[in-house]
Amino acid sequence: MRFVDEYRDADKAQVLAAQIAGLCEPGRHYKFMEVCGGHTHTIYKHGLEDYLPENITLVHGPGCPVCVIPMGRVDDAIHIASQPDVIMTSFGDMMRVPGGNGSFLDANAAGADIRMVYSPLDALKIARDNPSKRVVFMAIGFETTAPSTAMTVLRAAAEGMENFSIFCNHVTIIPAVKAILDSPDLRLDGFIGPGHVSTVIGCRPYDFIASQYGKPLVVAGFEPLDILQSIYMILLQLKEGRCEIENQYARVVPWDGNHKALQVISETMELRPYFEWRGLGVISHSALRVRESYATFDAERLFALPGVRVADPKACQCGEVLKGVLKPWECKVFGTACTPETPIGTCMVSSEGACAAYYNFGRFTRTRVEQAVKGAIS
Amino acid sequence: MSTREQQVLDRIDRARRSRARVKDELITMAHGAGGKATHTLIEAIFLEAFRNPLLEPLDDQAVFAVTAPRLAFTTDSYVVSPLFFPGGDIGDLAVNGTVNDLAMSGARPLYLSAAFILEEGFPVADLTRITRSMARAAATAGVQIVTGDTKVVERGKADGCYINTAGVGALEHPFTLGAAQARPGDAVLVSGPIGDHGTTIMLARGELGIESDVVSDTAPLGGLVATLLAAADGVRCLRDATRGGVATILNEVARASDVAIVIDETAIPVRPEVRGAAEILGIDPLYVACEGRMVVVVDGAQADTALTALRSHPLGDQAAIIGRIAVDPPGLVLLRTEFGGTRIVDVLIGDPLPRIC
Repeated sequence: MRFVDEYRDADKAQVLAAQIAGLCEPGRHYKFMEVCGGHTHTIYKHGLEDYLPENITLVHGPGCPVCVIPMGRVDDAIHIASQPDVIMTSFGDMMRVPGGNGSFLDANAAGADIRMVYSPLDALKIARDNPSKRVVFMAIGFETTAPSTAMTVLRAAAEGMENFSIFCNHVTIIPAVKAILDSPDLRLDGFIGPGHVSTVIGCRPYDFIASQYGKPLVVAGFEPLDILQSIYMILLQLKEGRCEIENQYARVVPWDGNHKALQVISETMELRPYFEWRGLGVISHSALRVRESYATFDAERLFALPGVRVADPKACQCGEVLKGVLKPWECKVFGTACTPETPIGTCMVSSEGACAAYYNFGRFTRTRVEQAVKGAIS
Repeated sequence: MSTREQQVLDRIDRARRSRARVKDELITMAHGAGGKATHTLIEAIFLEAFRNPLLEPLDDQAVFAVTAPRLAFTTDSYVVSPLFFPGGDIGDLAVNGTVNDLAMSGARPLYLSAAFILEEGFPVADLTRITRSMARAAATAGVQIVTGDTKVVERGKADGCYINTAGVGALEHPFTLGAAQARPGDAVLVSGPIGDHGTTIMLARGELGIESDVVSDTAPLGGLVATLLAAADGVRCLRDATRGGVATILNEVARASDVAIVIDETAIPVRPEVRGAAEILGIDPLYVACEGRMVVVVDGAQADTALTALRSHPLGDQAAIIGRIAVDPPGLVLLRTEFGGTRIVDVLIGDPLPRIC
């Protein structure tokens, strides 16, 4: 398949793997964080770690939109969905995320009407088709998905819709990365930068990571060769004593971002003073809310929300996993009390969550799996 | 009795003996009440489509003799939405699905039952269309629909039309096929490109705004199985890769036989349309349902014989050897990815939920 196969070429991967091994200093250990959950998914899905030498560790970052939603917000959403004549709409990933009182799927079984959509525009269509219902879209995601939510609000305003609103949970990537850099327990050698977020915000917002924290960052695409190449680029910077922001994903990411997308976000949304992140705690100026001028489309203003902060289950170590302090299998409940079937923490829910990806694709010791595959397929 | 009265009585008598015809356009509660409307529906729609000597008496059961030393017996319910989709409809599916469940034991499918649960207001024309495609599928598969049932439920209590079929088949060979029979060294094959049916249904629901030429692979596999078993006596296990796809079947075999299964992503046949849709939706074709494909586990020494036999049949012309049974790690399915890495292929939790970014 064009535009896919060329980025999954095993021969090219062999060449890159040899170059990566050649750049590693003997005896040095390298820790790189892939910020974005999409990268985590690619790494596990394609078995990319097989190409990396032992002394490179990939740490899975906080860039999974579902994983960072705190339990209290899920409860708030279910509260909205339980009001009379409400249809809640949500991306599929959210459906199984546990709140303090069950998930969307549980709420549906109990009588709520929560529907899966593929785009906020689908939610708008549901609102048009059901004029007697109040339709709410559960808006989640980083700067990647915020523009489509913003465009939907603008469309709803242009059409004069009176029964459509969004429950805004959009978050921004930079404060989360900064929180991780300020975290004392973590020593990283560089970042694989998020690709989709960067199509919107561009590469300039990362400058401080190189200039103030002295860490290289390479914005990477989502095919396995993209990730291998960006690891090579980070290692090359380290080898040459450089510390810069580079763009491996230039075929998609413009250096200055997407002005139109940023403009629709700022037209409809503004920064919240603070927002709670699952596992990372409260981070100031890290999330978006609907602007006053679009108040009629803001579910937070239309519905009285309990807004109760729900503490994460004690046993859950999603925070440590999101910060990359723990590998998924090092969490106390990983694979025992917390499985994709009965997730305790959000990292186990989305296929982009580090724990679910690790559980589904890599929970066996790599060498044992590699040996079995090599033995059977020569 | 006046001549006039006699004429009227004669007309009624003629009407009683004439061929039944459903005049209603929509199914009503009366069609399930057991009275005249039910009988008209049975005679005009079901008997008309499925007519055979065992069904014709319309008794409460079909009575038949069997000579096979063993019988295979199975049942399945069909609730697909939409009812009509590119490449088939709920009718083909209800026949082929049950025929295939019989065929996977190596049995020759003989007879089916068909029970319908209809929603009040369901178009009679749609029911006619469904029964005609069931009749066509039964003829193709060489089975007869010999008994049945109809229920009608109030509007809103069902989604148009649900069908249950049960079936019996004759086991005329001595093999014991099953998920627990795989042994290290065996080969794993699929009979054709995977994921066609599930992809067709996802796209036919029209929620995704993706257009494609992909059609369902629904087909009866009895003939393909007979061809395979005639050529290779080392077949251990046959499974049709329906819900959960090939990945789920392989996991069941790995667990039941306590072996590892190692498959090669580059060897698995997937149509470009299916692969494209799966890429866009963020799902893995290994988990997408097929309705006319089977997974074959066969003695490693007979892998090529089995492949040749499958490919000699029109329903298996794109069959492929996709992997091997190994010893370690028991109970797991491993994949060598096209990228050259390795990973585990686990059972799926819940529906495949598309990723958002």
